[in-house]
Amino acid sequence: MTKEKIVLIGNGMAGVRSIEELLKIDSDRFHITIFGEEPYPNYNRIQLSKVLQGDTEIADITLNDWNWYAKNNIQIYSGEKVMQIDAENKAVHTDKKRVVAYDKLIIATGSVPFIIPVPGHEKEGVTAFRDIKDCEKMINTSKEYKKASVIGGGLLGLEAARGLLNLGMDVNVIHLADVLMERQLDETAGKMLQKELEKQGMSFLMNKQTAEILGEDRVEGIRFGDGEQIETDLVVMAAGIRPNTSLAKESGIAVNRGILVNDYMETNIPDVYAVGECAEHREVVYGLVAPLYEQGKAMAAHICDEPAAGYEGSVLSTQLKVSGVDVFSVGEIVEEEETKTIKMFDDWKGVYKKVLIRDGKMAGAVLFGDTSEGNKLLRLINKKADVEEYIGAAEEAASGAGLVASMDDSELICGCNGVSKGDIVCAIKEKDLTTVDEVKGCTSASRSCGGCKPLVADLLAHTLGDSFDASIQKEAICGCTTLSRDEVVEAIREKGLSHTREVMNVLGWSTEGGCSKCRPALNYYLGMIKPKEYEDEKESRFVNERMHGNIQKDGTYSVVPRMYGGVTSAEDLRKIADVADKYKVPLIKVTGGQRIDLFGVKKEDLPGMWADLDMPSGYAYGKTLRTVKTCVGESFCRFGTQDSMGLGVRMEKKFERIGTPHKFKMAVSACPRNCAESGIKDLGVVGVDGGWELYVGGNGGTHLRAADLFCKVKTDEEVMEMIGAFMQYYREDAVYLERTSVWVERVGLDHIKEVLADKATRDALNARIDEALSVTKEPWKEVIDSEKTRKELYETELVSATK
Amino acid sequence: MEKVMEKVRIASIQDLPEKMGKTVRVGELELAVFKLGNGKVTAIENRCPHKGGVLAEGIVSGEHVFCPMHDWKICTTDGQVQAPDVGCVSTYKAVVENDDVFLLI
Ligand code: SRM
Ligand SMILES: Cc1cc2nc3c(=O)[nH]c(=O)nc-3n(C[C@H](O)[C@H](O)[C@H](O)COP(=O)(O)OP(=O)(O)OC[C@H]3O[C@@H](n4cnc5c(N)ncnc54)[C@H](O)[C@@H]3O)c2cc1C
Ligand code: SF4
Ligand code: FES
Repeated sequence: MTKEKIVLIGNGMAGVRSIEELLKIDSDRFHITIFGEEPYPNYNRIQLSKVLQGDTEIADITLNDWNWYAKNNIQIYSGEKVMQIDAENKAVHTDKKRVVAYDKLIIATGSVPFIIPVPGHEKEGVTAFRDIKDCEKMINTSKEYKKASVIGGGLLGLEAARGLLNLGMDVNVIHLADVLMERQLDETAGKMLQKELEKQGMSFLMNKQTAEILGEDRVEGIRFGDGEQIETDLVVMAAGIRPNTSLAKESGIAVNRGILVNDYMETNIPDVYAVGECAEHREVVYGLVAPLYEQGKAMAAHICDEPAAGYEGSVLSTQLKVSGVDVFSVGEIVEEEETKTIKMFDDWKGVYKKVLIRDGKMAGAVLFGDTSEGNKLLRLINKKADVEEYIGAAEEAASGAGLVASMDDSELICGCNGVSKGDIVCAIKEKDLTTVDEVKGCTSASRSCGGCKPLVADLLAHTLGDSFDASIQKEAICGCTTLSRDEVVEAIREKGLSHTREVMNVLGWSTEGGCSKCRPALNYYLGMIKPKEYEDEKESRFVNERMHGNIQKDGTYSVVPRMYGGVTSAEDLRKIADVADKYKVPLIKVTGGQRIDLFGVKKEDLPGMWADLDMPSGYAYGKTLRTVKTCVGESFCRFGTQDSMGLGVRMEKKFERIGTPHKFKMAVSACPRNCAESGIKDLGVVGVDGGWELYVGGNGGTHLRAADLFCKVKTDEEVMEMIGAFMQYYREDAVYLERTSVWVERVGLDHIKEVLADKATRDALNARIDEALSVTKEPWKEVIDSEKTRKELYETELVSATK
Repeated sequence: MEKVMEKVRIASIQDLPEKMGKTVRVGELELAVFKLGNGKVTAIENRCPHKGGVLAEGIVSGEHVFCPMHDWKICTTDGQVQAPDVGCVSTYKAVVENDDVFLLI
């Protein structure tokens, strides 16, 4: 029997979700073809804001990877646009001259961003914010240019503006109205929002109408209706979206603002459906995924001839995805004569709440500064609850656990994906789920905007009761597995796994050979657990650690020899100078870590250069001890109370080469003036009268963090003992690539203090780190001594061809 | 126009490191040659389509290599960059005869 042919136009969030709903009902019934104009698999458009803000990467926002299409026998034509629908002959025609017949057609073409048609709108440097391409354009522009303007102070515009700030640009937001997000917020909340964003560094031009984009080929400025002009290198138009209906209109399908559909998402043409942002249902066009997913569900049931109530419209809630700002809005927000409100305004703390009541029923709400009541309000407003229920509920435990306990099974937890409390509880019980990630994998809850993650966690805790373990609520280590770091490490220990390949096989990795995230991580964990037995896998090391030099953008390397404690000698400096001459090193530079870097060395020259230097590797490339910076200290400084150089050199000599989850930096200053910057190191030591203070968890990098005072000790011996214990505990407990600054915050300083307070524990940790240190080898020397490694890794095969 | 292929020997199979790349220069061309986990040998141009990263130094997984510069994932058999990134690199045919590895250029 031939299968029913379904064709989907639009490989986006609503369309593909509808297909998932169809497959859920009957995975075998249809032959499915999908056309998508964008050259990507279905990805999470919502997360583009987070990509732009630097919180995630494009690689991580795919929702359905290519395997998913293959596994479900879906014919996908990506990068291909449908140009015409021939409803009479039931076929679609594409820009690649392909013609595909359908029995049922689904149009899910989404929206097109509205580009204000002012003179100059086509200039280079003007972009919308809708897809991956736009996102990349903004990121690339930020590398060369400084000034950005965002037209539109709504959700999308503000999220774009925050992203551009994070990319290092100066940002002006231009808004037509005098209140930001005026469709979702009232004046009070809008003004509070503006103040907060100004604090974050955004500038606002309110009540401004854009009249012209200025510049030659590229945008150079904007002129407004009132004659004022500003300079800018980038214009992001976030002035709204329009349903993408042109294809439908040209093909004779009834269109108003969007493609007109009934409660089953049927258009006026038989067997042609429309779903998502392109559709207009009961005079409403939606622009958020939650209602679109509900539409998809109703449509799928109808296509599969299942009895269903159909789609009846949705109440919308919005949240702004800008870190540090909590705003929430749902339902009606404008006060009228016949409405009443409950209001709370705390100017001091910056908290505002307004609940709108119509005929004694909950009708809408705006929250600013504290959105913890958001889910509760959404629930009550959705079911048009009596205001008494809200006031009563306010007294009950305000905690998340109290909230999930009080919810009905049918109430939604994840609005985006339409997952109810009952669905989640059922999945947790039936499939023995124990982590938020597992719940996400099984039910899709929290898979889209992620806003409901805390609720899912509360519900998990509530359902599991005492067996809930908060400490395991972590992410999978990479896309090849659903297992978390702790689960993997435990399995390695328990099952005695000894190779990366074995770990991947035994623990059911979904890819052959892992990926660039999990392979180095597994290699680290295996080595950490069995330092003596495990043979390090070169092929699982990132290039820098495999080659023992930092790779440069042109494929050359840099060479940084050890200079213990930043102390050197005329002899060493002479050697470095001679080597630099001999190998014609293009750049010699003093590093931020108190030593010398030789840049631009050819791969083939590395072993020879190391041999001539005859100095140990400084590991400027490694997940290991980098430098121990020191100040000059008591030997010369008039304030010095301690021998900082001596101690620093001793620390560096003892702990060099030890593998750590991320790089590990130390410093020793001989007095609290802290000239060696001990306060921003993974472990910093500061000399005080009669002893040393130890600071941990500092970071001078991307997220600056001052180190916390860990303890005060009297002798050098005690310093060494504490460092050994702290480092080994970090080695054993942290997630690969987790710097101490992040680890200390995650597990808590007090917890680490508690563990290391016990002398027996410290001794055991020191014994284990000593064991691991005992098998480390000087890597440059190893390469010099091994002809095989030199040949395999450092030589280029030169082959002559006749042409 | 018919292209004439030349067969050149690049190394013996034992000299290629397992599950890692090797830089090979043939005249003007610079290639990355991989001996994969399954023993198969593949060859692609040694320049990432993104920003020219040297692919021979990437982490090899199955038939794919991850560029060491910004982690693009590239198939070493058909040269295709994997989603969500796009692009491709030229591929070259490698054959193993007895102990010798040859490239068809
Ligand atoms: C060479 C040096 C810059 C210089 O010319 O001074 C340097 C160069 C690089 N740093 Fe650094 N960092 C250097 C000192 C620092 C310092 C200062 C310090 O150590 O006192 C910091 C801030 C302190 C800190 O780490 O807490 C620093 C924070 C970073 C970070 C951010 C780390 C973080 O946790 O946020 C990265 C990125 C990373 O590791 O992921 C990074 C990464 C890099 C890399 C390896 C980028 C890369 O992945 O290719 C650079 C290699 C350049 C090259 O081509 O060789 N570098 N880097 C410095 C080498 C010091 C040394 O002697 O070993
Ligand atoms: C930056 C940003 C942040 C957002 N944040 C949120 C949020 O926090 N919460 C929320 O709920 N929503 C958010 N949204 C909105 C949400 O992403 C959309 O509502 C949702 O993606 C719409 O789904 P859709 O399938 O209707 O359209 P789309 O996801 O746009 O998919 C339509 C697809 O159809 C393709 N197409 C169009 N015409 C053709 C053709 N003729 N042939 C072939 N293919 C075609 C398009 O290329 C596109 O890929 C955000 C949107 C953006 C841009
Ligand atoms: S700050 Fe560090 S990582 Fe950034 S460019 Fe300079 S050396 Fe490179
Ligand atoms: S150069 Fe290869 S990923 Fe950027």
